[in-house]
Amino acid sequence: MWTFFHKLGSPPWLYAISGSILKYLLPATLLALGVGMVWGLLFTPPDFRQGDSYRIIYIHVPAAAVALAGYYVMATAGAISLIWKMKMADIAMQCCAPIGAALTFVALVTGSIWGKPTWGTWWVWDARITSMLILLFLYLGVIALYEAYDNKAAAARACAVLSLVGTVNIPIIYKSVDWWYSLHQPASIKFTGESSIHPSMLYPLLLMIAAFYALFACALLLRMRAEILDRERRTGWVRKLLEADAV
Amino acid sequence: MHPVRKQRLYLVLFLVAFSSIAIGLVVYGLRGNINLFFPPAEVAAGKAPLGQSIRVGGMVVDGSIQRSEHNLEVRFELTDYAATVPVIYEGILPDLFDEGQGAVASGQLNADGVLVASEVLAKHDENYMPPEVAEALERSGASPGGNSK
Amino acid sequence: MYFHDLHSALHMDGHGAFVWAAYAITCVVLLLIVVAPLRRRRRLLREMSAEARRQRGVPTQGSEA
Repeated sequence: MWTFFHKLGSPPWLYAISGSILKYLLPATLLALGVGMVWGLLFTPPDFRQGDSYRIIYIHVPAAAVALAGYYVMATAGAISLIWKMKMADIAMQCCAPIGAALTFVALVTGSIWGKPTWGTWWVWDARITSMLILLFLYLGVIALYEAYDNKAAAARACAVLSLVGTVNIPIIYKSVDWWYSLHQPASIKFTGESSIHPSMLYPLLLMIAAFYALFACALLLRMRAEILDRERRTGWVRKLLEADAV
Repeated sequence: MHPVRKQRLYLVLFLVAFSSIAIGLVVYGLRGNINLFFPPAEVAAGKAPLGQSIRVGGMVVDGSIQRSEHNLEVRFELTDYAATVPVIYEGILPDLFDEGQGAVASGQLNADGVLVASEVLAKHDENYMPPEVAEALERSGASPGGNSK
Repeated sequence: MYFHDLHSALHMDGHGAFVWAAYAITCVVLLLIVVAPLRRRRRLLREMSAEARRQRGVPTQGSEA
């Protein structure tokens, strides 16, 4: 087990394995996203109450779900960075932030667009929406904090602390619709008991959620590959890589 | 585990725990102010302030919607099945606003206990289903819409 | 398909603008987070190969360092 952990910390190993994974994962992810979107847009019945505007669910819910999960990935990388001083963890944490920010942005924008024809407003300061906005600020904060430091090691430490401090926001977001009176309704997908969304609508939603998780993994690996190359440009293994490519 | 790393692990755990408790306490303490939301039962009990912007949410009482002939003024009642609050609103209502559906009205309570609303939003529940399934449920006696808080 | 023609699929009973706008914005953002690092990596490899060639003394199109 420790050897695997050790290998994760090795830039050439991660660069090689991420390349092999992405060769299959990226096209599969894009295919899943395409199929899911077409399925949700055109091949699912309209909702009995909301009509066709509910179709935004197939992008809004997956984006929000992965934005939350991605924050835990970033915070975990931060914790590993702080405890083991592992450079690869720094890189992972740094690369998570813009992806998480982008997904949170998608969740907020699609939610806002969905809110106008259903609730009657583009924005409302209810518990769920406000805490999602805070999540966006946390992601942007990590990005900004990283840029503020010249020393990458000090930057990583500061970002790790910020990530860890913000972790309480995730359960707050998740339970916000249950703890406070909010305009946003409670969860439709229930982990215990029956979900309150019809199967014909649930299956494409589950596909899109899985596709968004896979997209996060792809985006993270792609970003880490570029970052590793940049940081390791003077090393022997990179030089060998270039020679192998150069014909 | 390596002693230095163990120390750092404790630091990480302390950070998460401390910030969670601190932020949790702040959120808990502010809970009254965050909401400014009053269910009809509390409004009827006189717990809601007059002349201050508040939110009242509940179900729109069946048969209570009265639309004016010459302007956009509409009157309706909100209930949480414990008490009822009359609401006056002038403006366009959301598509999903209807009797027997959830709504949230924000505005000020006047001396007669009527909420003069500046904004009315529709609230929907977490049930999603095709129209045929909803019709079948209605016919069999069960309501297709679940409860809205 | 639940829409009987392209026009009704675009119009979606009045909600089409909302739905298609939301999907369009999402697709743009998702493509961005995948394409941007790909392009950065390719640019880095190009720069590093060019520099390696210069160091080996291979004549390049620009002026010699």
